[in-house]
Amino acid sequence: MSVKQQQAREIALEAQGVELGLYAPHQKIYPQAVSGRFRNIKWAILIFTLGIYYFLPFVRWDRGPNAPSQAVLVDLDHHRFYFFFIEIWPQEVYYLTGLLIVAAVALFLMNAVAGRLWCGYLCPQTVWTDLFFAVERLIEGDRRERMKKDGEKWNLETFAQSMLKHWIWLMIAWWTGGAWVLYFADAPTLVYQLATFQGPVTAYIWIAILTFTTYFFAGYMREQVCTYMCPWPRIQAALTDEWALNVTYRYDRGEPRNSLKKAAALREAGQPAGDCVDCNQCFNVCPTGVDIRDGLQIDCIQCGLCIDACDNVMVKVGRPTGLIGYDTDINVKRREAGQPELKTRILRARTIVYAAVIALVGSTMAVALATRNSSGLAVIHDRNPLFVTLQDGGIRNAYTVRLSNKIPETRSFEIRVEGFEPSQVDSAGGKRGPNGWPVLSVDPDQTLEDRVFVTLPRNAVKHGHDDEDKRDIAFVLVDLASGASVRVKDHFMQPDGDKK
Amino acid sequence: MSTASPDHKDVDAHTGTATTGHEWDGIRELNTPLPKWWLNIFYACIVWAVGYWIVYPAIPLATSFTKGVIGYSSRGEVTQELADLQSARAPMVKALAGASFADIEKDPKLLTFARAQGKAAFGDNCAPCHGAGGGGSKAFPNLVDDDWLWGAGSLEDIQQTLTHGIRSADPEARAGNMPAFGDGVLKPVEISLVSDYVRSLSSLPVDKAVDLKAGEKVFAENCAACHGDNGKGNNELGAPNLTDQIWLYGSDKVTIAEGITKGRGGIMPNWGGRLDAGTIKALAVYVRTLGGGR
Repeated sequence: MSVKQQQAREIALEAQGVELGLYAPHQKIYPQAVSGRFRNIKWAILIFTLGIYYFLPFVRWDRGPNAPSQAVLVDLDHHRFYFFFIEIWPQEVYYLTGLLIVAAVALFLMNAVAGRLWCGYLCPQTVWTDLFFAVERLIEGDRRERMKKDGEKWNLETFAQSMLKHWIWLMIAWWTGGAWVLYFADAPTLVYQLATFQGPVTAYIWIAILTFTTYFFAGYMREQVCTYMCPWPRIQAALTDEWALNVTYRYDRGEPRNSLKKAAALREAGQPAGDCVDCNQCFNVCPTGVDIRDGLQIDCIQCGLCIDACDNVMVKVGRPTGLIGYDTDINVKRREAGQPELKTRILRARTIVYAAVIALVGSTMAVALATRNSSGLAVIHDRNPLFVTLQDGGIRNAYTVRLSNKIPETRSFEIRVEGFEPSQVDSAGGKRGPNGWPVLSVDPDQTLEDRVFVTLPRNAVKHGHDDEDKRDIAFVLVDLASGASVRVKDHFMQPDGDKK
Repeated sequence: MSTASPDHKDVDAHTGTATTGHEWDGIRELNTPLPKWWLNIFYACIVWAVGYWIVYPAIPLATSFTKGVIGYSSRGEVTQELADLQSARAPMVKALAGASFADIEKDPKLLTFARAQGKAAFGDNCAPCHGAGGGGSKAFPNLVDDDWLWGAGSLEDIQQTLTHGIRSADPEARAGNMPAFGDGVLKPVEISLVSDYVRSLSSLPVDKAVDLKAGEKVFAENCAACHGDNGKGNNELGAPNLTDQIWLYGSDKVTIAEGITKGRGGIMPNWGGRLDAGTIKALAVYVRTLGGGR
């Protein structure tokens, strides 16, 4: 029973003076099998998305000897994320922000174009629930058989079927949890470890958690996740407009609904009769128990299965198909008012803005990714002491530097400081390079911390000016092999001008 | 107070809810039982608690407490974690203890480890006097500058100072005092003259009326034995170089005169008994990277 039906029932009961509790028991939904265009699309998407999920960890990608060869890998131990040719360090997690923005706006865009495309076809909850329904149907039969079996006492056959169904569900759930952990370690190695009971404890725990959530959400919670747990239906309802395509019962054509015979009689008599034959097929096939004829509603995930069901019936009764179909509010209202339909306008202000935001964020990310530096430098000025006076009266500042080498090869970097001579710059751990500047060598795909000393000779120390106690300098990290450089601004501190 | 028979349900007219049958001053208590799910969780918690009492430390006794069958204690956990840390570090600690400074400088892994260990040990042991960044303060030497009171700033020199201390109780401690010249050795006038002369050594401004020649004479007779004829000091004796720009106590005349009059002799503890040899080596490496070693 959909939320809308539930509400109608409660209002009716309360009008009769019946006292209702706050909680209504959940009514189990038995969706009927259906075939047609949208069912086929859903099968294709199910196979495609689950195929990606289950097999992607096994895809290999050669990154040379110093990096893992798994195409998609979240390497928590070494703080790296690998995605084919992209390698993300922890400080680059802001890419995730861009990705999330794109994902959110893509959701808005889908909604502006054709309603809950995500909910109906792509959401993991929908895909896995669909798969679980398929298993259930295969073993326990279609809608009527399942309803009948649920109403009966168990016998050997139904018990065996139930056991088999839960076993297969658990196997799917277990594989789902198992595939998840493979994204966090070398997949073939981890599969071997898990199979021989040598895997890390956390892997087993995560498999157990995800096995449970998959089994519970897809086997039991099903449409309740969409109706009660997911925030998107509420947001979606607030974001939609009259131009968005939605799975719509064309009530202007369907009403008044009548049985096939009665409708024929009415037509014979020249009376109005709708195309809806009130066969309830649209309701029977619905995975969320919605009657689409009640209009757009919060628990309708717009999977399109009612379109298939209704079209099949319309073909049988010899009426045109499309009594239920993707349609816009504005056209339903126009047809009702006897006005001609308007062409579906996909290009509207909101779709253009959403698409522009996606393009902007996406291209920003792409440019940032393509032009990002493969080396990095972070400089922290010593806080205590800010500067130190040397024997000869010169002033020295010390800095902690961290060099990042983001490629899987050892590299040597020269540290230059703008405004100073090579001899005035030194490092604690490095050696003098060919140009006189200190040179540090960083291991493949690693960082290196060291201290750098910058000395201002006595004759360059100026006293007596307030603005002389802090000057801007810049560190330049130069890759000796490629000449690529990174520049980082910092300060050089010296005693206050008015103090001696 | 009225009592209703158990089979008779006294229903409140306004709410339609059964009452408990208890009545106080005409007010009857509605019987609204706790939700089933809540009660079940509550009972489950009780069952869990019984198991918890058995497995974990739980009940205080007169002088002790029940230890629980798995013998868990949070202190034990900390001890275990520390032991795990020690054993994880053990190979590096062992390598560090057995390595010479030359070995450490040659091996980047060992050097990195020594610097990290040294940094932690410095924060725990040295920072209270020398400052978190080794910047020192009055009477506590700055370890970041390029001046060394004792030794030439080599790793071995730093190790020696760390292990045996300066003017500490250790028999091998570095010893050498700035005597109190005010105790009848020099007259206040002479102390004033030599203070001005010492300032002039490092080109600090001196009153033009001061007779620097007289000060130089006092210096040659009393100070040059340790600080050298030219005032360059002697880092075997811990006698500071008086010609540079670095002052442990301060460069103003009053502070210099105070030092001459009353003497100086700060103490660096001998860490040999408190820290193991490996930690001292790590500290020496770390202190040198502060900047003093160059």
